[in-house]
Amino acid sequence: MIQVKNLTKYYNNFCAVDGINLEIKKGEILGLLGPNGAGKTTTLRMLTGFFKPTSGDILVKDLSISEDSLKIKELMGYLPESAPLYHNMLVFDYLCYVAKVRGIKKEKIPSRLKELSDLCGLSDIMHQSVDELSKGLKQRVGLAHAMMNDPEILILDEPTSGLDPNQIAEIREIIKRIGKEKTIVFSTHILSEAEATCDRIVIINKGKIVADDTTQKLKNRAASGSSINLSLYDADPDDVVKLLRTIAPDIEVLKKEPVEKGVASFEIQSSTSKDFRKQIYLKIKETNWSIAQLTRESQTLESIFHELTKGN
Amino acid sequence: MKQIINIAAKEFRDYFISPIAYIVISLFLVVTGWFFFSTFFLFDTADMRNFFSMLPIIFSFIIPAVTMRLFSEEMNVGSYEILLTMPVSFTDIAVGKFMAALLFSACMLLPTVSYPIFISFIGDVDAGPVIGGYLGATLLAGAFCSIGIFASSLTRNQIVAFIIGAAICFTLTILDQILFFIPSAITDVIAFLGADSHFQSISKGVIDSRDILYFLSVIFMGLFGTYLVMQEKN
Repeated sequence: MIQVKNLTKYYNNFCAVDGINLEIKKGEILGLLGPNGAGKTTTLRMLTGFFKPTSGDILVKDLSISEDSLKIKELMGYLPESAPLYHNMLVFDYLCYVAKVRGIKKEKIPSRLKELSDLCGLSDIMHQSVDELSKGLKQRVGLAHAMMNDPEILILDEPTSGLDPNQIAEIREIIKRIGKEKTIVFSTHILSEAEATCDRIVIINKGKIVADDTTQKLKNRAASGSSINLSLYDADPDDVVKLLRTIAPDIEVLKKEPVEKGVASFEIQSSTSKDFRKQIYLKIKETNWSIAQLTRESQTLESIFHELTKGN
Repeated sequence: MKQIINIAAKEFRDYFISPIAYIVISLFLVVTGWFFFSTFFLFDTADMRNFFSMLPIIFSFIIPAVTMRLFSEEMNVGSYEILLTMPVSFTDIAVGKFMAALLFSACMLLPTVSYPIFISFIGDVDAGPVIGGYLGATLLAGAFCSIGIFASSLTRNQIVAFIIGAAICFTLTILDQILFFIPSAITDVIAFLGADSHFQSISKGVIDSRDILYFLSVIFMGLFGTYLVMQEKN
């Protein structure tokens, strides 16, 4: 459906997007993740044709964005970040205008607006001026705008930012519902959201793709590594490290900043999924140290995200 | 073409949703009405010459105020992104906004048509100069609208857009009065670039293709400049 080839964007000398390659299949819900300033919005803006790439190309259904950008824009619906709408118009007038520009036939406009207002919950605010709306309501109007001509591809830039938990749930529900037939690309920095709605997650950092996998595989990858948090009373940190290394060769013991006085804290990482808590306990039992904390943390999507986007 | 009409219709409606339209139109009518009628009875001639002779100066401040928001506001609010990601071309946008501004200027001029009608009750009005005057005023408004839109596309600050637009329009208007300072070798060329002389010759009722061509090319250059700026920002 969408092929992104070696996409690069420079702002003067600053490289915002650095050679991204991506293929998005029909009917996929793709989540674009990354820290602030990673290049998510820039990538989406290039996908929608708002920005021209410095180099590289985007093909949508074999149409190149540099040549057929108008045809591509007809296939796409786009919700920009923070839904910047015309603030002096009424919601109804605004949606009518969008419908006309989107080429919906005059006699079909009322029925289409009715459908969208039911889908996005707009029926109460149709005759309010856009600048009287709260952020969440604007976001919904923006969503209706994006879905106006029932586009094959929906591009949503942080669709749930600034919404309350109920609205977030609603928008996710809408994304999942329409995602059954449509290709959706959306950006977010809420990981649980990506986990809950996406088929596939792409993590970008400093303009480069650092992970690109199905949500399930990424989660499996996350579960494979684990770490153990250990805190001890009356222990000399160096002795502890020496002792624990004898348990297994492939574990790594890191000293952490002590949280309390007289307590030495460590993080024990292992690349295998084996649980070492029992061995650690038995070893410590032989000494005169006492345990303040011994917990195992399996790596979550969060820690993967953190690891991949480190040094930002 | 359909998209041009859609955009023009939206922008034109926008003028009348906000108070700008009413303020600008009343300001224009008060200023022109006062300057025209304060001396009208002293001259004791039933024509509109005084009215048309001051139009270029008034337009060079009023029209940039009309056009300043067309691009600047969209870029400031961010709705520019929405506009550009809809299936409309740069040309549709530039021409659509231009049509809206021109139509608005025509609405502003419309009430002044009552002046020649009232004057015709008290004296014989020569229809030629009046018709020529309104034709010239429309062309002049078009040229200034196109310059104002160009200025608006340059910046997201409406005040800056107004000042740039007014500066260009005002320079074009007074160009043939500052020929005195210009080396004599190029005075002919500079004189031809001034908007005022072209406008005055049309408003005498002499419709010369050179004058019409002048205004049409200013309109074209303004819109083409806007197109280039949009492409550059993309």
